[in-house]
Amino acid sequence: MTKDECKKVVLDIIADIAPDEDLSAVKPEVRLRDQLQLDSMDFLDIVMELRKRYGLEVPEADYPQLASLDSCAEYLTPKFNALPAR
Amino acid sequence: MNSRRHYDVAVIGAGLSGLAAGIRAAHFGKSVCIFERHNAPGGLNGFYSLGGRKFDAGLHAVTNFVPPGVKGTPLGRLVRQLRLDRDQLALREQKGSRVVFGPAGEAALRFTNDVAVLESEVARLFPAQIDGFRRLTELVRATPFEPDAPLVPAREVVGRHITDPLCAEMLLCPLMFYGSPNEGDFSFGQMAVLFQAIYLEGFARPAEGIRLILRLLLEKYREAGGERRMKCGVRQIVAEGDRAAMLILDDGSEVTADHVLSSIGGPETAALIAPPAAAGEAFGHQPPGVISYVETMAVFDRQPAAFGWDDTIVFFNDSDRLHYERPAGAVDPRSGVICFPNNFQFPPEEVPEEGMMRVTCLANYDAWVPLAEDAYSAQKADWFARVQASARRFLAPVDAAAFAAATRASDMFTPRTITRFTGHRNGAIYGAPGKSFRGLTPLRNLYLCGTDQGLLGIVGSMLSGITMANQRVLAPV
Repeated sequence: MTKDECKKVVLDIIADIAPDEDLSAVKPEVRLRDQLQLDSMDFLDIVMELRKRYGLEVPEADYPQLASLDSCAEYLTPKFNALPAR
Repeated sequence: MNSRRHYDVAVIGAGLSGLAAGIRAAHFGKSVCIFERHNAPGGLNGFYSLGGRKFDAGLHAVTNFVPPGVKGTPLGRLVRQLRLDRDQLALREQKGSRVVFGPAGEAALRFTNDVAVLESEVARLFPAQIDGFRRLTELVRATPFEPDAPLVPAREVVGRHITDPLCAEMLLCPLMFYGSPNEGDFSFGQMAVLFQAIYLEGFARPAEGIRLILRLLLEKYREAGGERRMKCGVRQIVAEGDRAAMLILDDGSEVTADHVLSSIGGPETAALIAPPAAAGEAFGHQPPGVISYVETMAVFDRQPAAFGWDDTIVFFNDSDRLHYERPAGAVDPRSGVICFPNNFQFPPEEVPEEGMMRVTCLANYDAWVPLAEDAYSAQKADWFARVQASARRFLAPVDAAAFAAATRASDMFTPRTITRFTGHRNGAIYGAPGKSFRGLTPLRNLYLCGTDQGLLGIVGSMLSGITMANQRVLAPV
């Protein structure tokens, strides 16, 4: 998985948990919270979807790594690539 | 042999908060079971059938209505967290409501889902109060719900901005009737939540009423893999040390759970804890609420508008001072709430065929409970007529004989009915006066959600279940 693919995965999840948000102009370097109406509960849902869909665990201590799309990609891409093939 | 079932999460009560909590937990992959003593879900927002007709037992209107696309509001959060499709809720906005005070409703404030209407009504009726009203509105907007905020009496804060007592009473009346568990006054924090929910957001309703919302929640819960046991309440919460170690169900079977969420009320939950000492002094001895209602329902053969009754909801009080307290007699007919469920902006195909008028008045549980069946029926019939007559003072006059001829069915529930179907002591529809906003109890894996966690109304109760599941079960901090 590339970092861009990883960003797409995260955006797809956000689109599902926050269908009322316009995601067409999300800036990858800006904190998601600052450009979308996402609260801490929504981040909990992003973490849950990562686990449910991809079996990918994000420990609570690492939640800050999900702040922006760029930081998501930095943090998650290696984790995705380390997953056993399905 | 150990035949006990174990769940990650056990939820007591299949009302709106219990179902919402169950959905969240199940959605996160937890094994969940909801235990409900009755055969139907809904709790304080239930429904029943009588003579082939369906009646809502709680819901007049869903508060917190905002149009689609308005962000950062309770309704939006709720839809998101439960993964509901907003369109499925089929919420249709109110037509318009009134607060009327005085023997024949001489002082009247109209309001809709556009707060500008209320603002212009305040300016018209109380010109000297309009600046204060605007300041109060700003203050409410700037007051986020804060669980640990000190409790400040609402009347004191409102009085700083609204100096005309009649204006203050009229503004507080709907807020108290739609959510205050306290007699006389409530906290400013609670008032701000209700002010936001009712005046700044607004009223809406699905034509089908509460059954539609419950059905959506049940579907979500089932899809997420949640279990429920109906007609099987929890009889005892067995404490070991500071943990809820086991639940004993009505049928005698035993269940264990890592987390227990109770939606049945604070005092009601405390009473289940064994040994009682484990409930602790404060939690174990909290007083139940005393605010209870009777509600009359009249079903007739035409739309209410045909009688000249165009309001969605009318909050009435026949003097200039509201007496929001447990009445000395069985019912206090001086004030109350009239709801016409027909009078929402339904598209033609959704308009209910029959008209309905519901009237709610404060009632005293103790005056209803000891009565034998005959006396209870007689008292109901007597108060039905008096409640209707009281409410009709504030509506366009309709000849009594004509109304009787148009009437097809009627029913009434009392504080006794509320306790029988919800288990809430004293028929207290808004629960105990002391709320547990953190949802914590003396047992570290037992939490409250719903009425006594402190969020009220249809949207509030679901948010309560969501919030408690999130904070206590899914992301414990």
